[in-house]
Amino acid sequence: MKNNLYKYILGIADNSLILGQRMGSLTGHGPSLETDIACTNISLDLFGQVRSYYQYAAKIAGDNRTEDDIAMLRKEREYLNVLLVEQPNTDFAYIIARQFLFDVYHFMFLTELQKSHDVTLSAIATKSIKEVSYHQRFSSDWIKRLGDGTELSKAKMQEAINGLWTYTDELFHQTEADKAMVAQSIGVDVTKLKEGYYEVVNTILNESTLEVPESKWFQKGGKVGIHTEHLGYLLSDLQFMQRTYPNMDW
Amino acid sequence: MSEEQIKNLEAQFEARIARDEKIEPKDWMPEKYRKTHIRQMSQHAHSEIVGMLPEGNWITRAPSLRRKVALLAKVQDEAGHGLYLYSATETLGISRDELYEQLHTGKAKYSSIFNYPTVTWADMGAIGWLVDGAAIINQVPLCSTSYGPYARAMIRVCKEESFHQRQGFEIMIKLAEGTSEQKEMAQDALNRWWWPSLMMLGPTDSESVHTEQSMKWKLKRKSNDDLRQQFIDQTVPQAELIGLTIPDPDLKWNEERQSYDFGEINWDEFWQVVKGHGPCNKERMKARVGAWERGEWVRDAAMAYAEKQQTRKEKRAI
Repeated sequence: MKNNLYKYILGIADNSLILGQRMGSLTGHGPSLETDIACTNISLDLFGQVRSYYQYAAKIAGDNRTEDDIAMLRKEREYLNVLLVEQPNTDFAYIIARQFLFDVYHFMFLTELQKSHDVTLSAIATKSIKEVSYHQRFSSDWIKRLGDGTELSKAKMQEAINGLWTYTDELFHQTEADKAMVAQSIGVDVTKLKEGYYEVVNTILNESTLEVPESKWFQKGGKVGIHTEHLGYLLSDLQFMQRTYPNMDW
Repeated sequence: MSEEQIKNLEAQFEARIARDEKIEPKDWMPEKYRKTHIRQMSQHAHSEIVGMLPEGNWITRAPSLRRKVALLAKVQDEAGHGLYLYSATETLGISRDELYEQLHTGKAKYSSIFNYPTVTWADMGAIGWLVDGAAIINQVPLCSTSYGPYARAMIRVCKEESFHQRQGFEIMIKLAEGTSEQKEMAQDALNRWWWPSLMMLGPTDSESVHTEQSMKWKLKRKSNDDLRQQFIDQTVPQAELIGLTIPDPDLKWNEERQSYDFGEINWDEFWQVVKGHGPCNKERMKARVGAWERGEWVRDAAMAYAEKQQTRKEKRAI
């Protein structure tokens, strides 16, 4: 139970950690000052959530590990985030598409997690959902602006949606830890979110005059620690200080 | 308007400033006042925006989650300051696009200190402690400057800067109390940031071209040299408190002046950096111009979308 709960928390938190890291690296380089501030804000929200989850995970683990050990001292194969969130900041269309495709899921997931029988997870979900509701509004609005903006922006937005579509199905895969937690009414049964997810996503894409990709081939692996090549580089930045200067306080 | 009328307006204008009244955007103002304010306020805004880059350099590598969140929040505050200051500058009849254009073509300046590289984590501490510390000394008097929108923006900016300064000092305390490697990192950062921070308070009074007029308009209330002395007197005891050494062999308490005497500043280096020859001038501009150019299609799309929405709304209204 303890191990499953620990892994379950990591599965949730790692998504926010990796996406937060991606969004944070944009700070100072956004297409406008306003979007720069918004992307930094999303990153800040995600890291705030990450801290709550990892602090809880550290407590569950019950040894001396800290939130930072969990965040920064695992091996690449031990990160349990979905492949979607680790995809690079190719351009602003990819950044928005990645955010949007995750936000829609994240909002639905947290809505359910609020009902968790684990009071800490339920409390974190209740706090986070307000932030995520804003993230979803922000990314959906940009999907519409870029989809229904200029010809160029439409082409770029469509390319990004097509490029990232292959990572959406993994959001609804269940790991062993997920199943165990669902059985105890602690975890969310993500398989039940799938239909609603594609309904919301397809509606926004239609409104944005974008096409829903037809591809039915999906990538998976992140949830069991098999990642794309992008993650290693992200981790080498994330872990740099902790690896170079072990066992120090900052 | 006759010359006499203009003179009359100017006299009234100067009298208002002397009475500590605020000048507001729609009030009459001499052209030179407008231009000087556009120059100084936009320079300040540009400094906030370019200043995001050296610190942004460490966001992905911050040593702990707590430090990462604090750094993100700090850099975000700087973007916010840039936003208020650009907006305040726009009240003087210039657009943000024009101001960016001036930055990107090198016509407008920004604080030279941001042309130095951030090479270790300790630089995040040193920047907060020293650079924000020097900025506060420069900026607190501006909370009562004569131009209303600038003064009001500065009140908020100063509150946040003072928080950043404490945060930076706290990073330094932690390093100074840490392992020998951490202490060394802190001392190295102080060594590298100390002199550029002193230069940040501007050229020495005899070389400063804008001081006299700026004093009259309350854009400046103390001379650069006075501000520098204030900064040194305030910072030296802080360094001593955490066991770090100011990298100036000539630094000495002067009992008579009740102030520190300090060594000669390398003004040649200062002017070289101002002229574009600092270690990171090119990188900083490349980053700013690159972000702007890469963002063009995004801004165009947002405009096109807004126009389409407006047209649809109008059609629905008929």
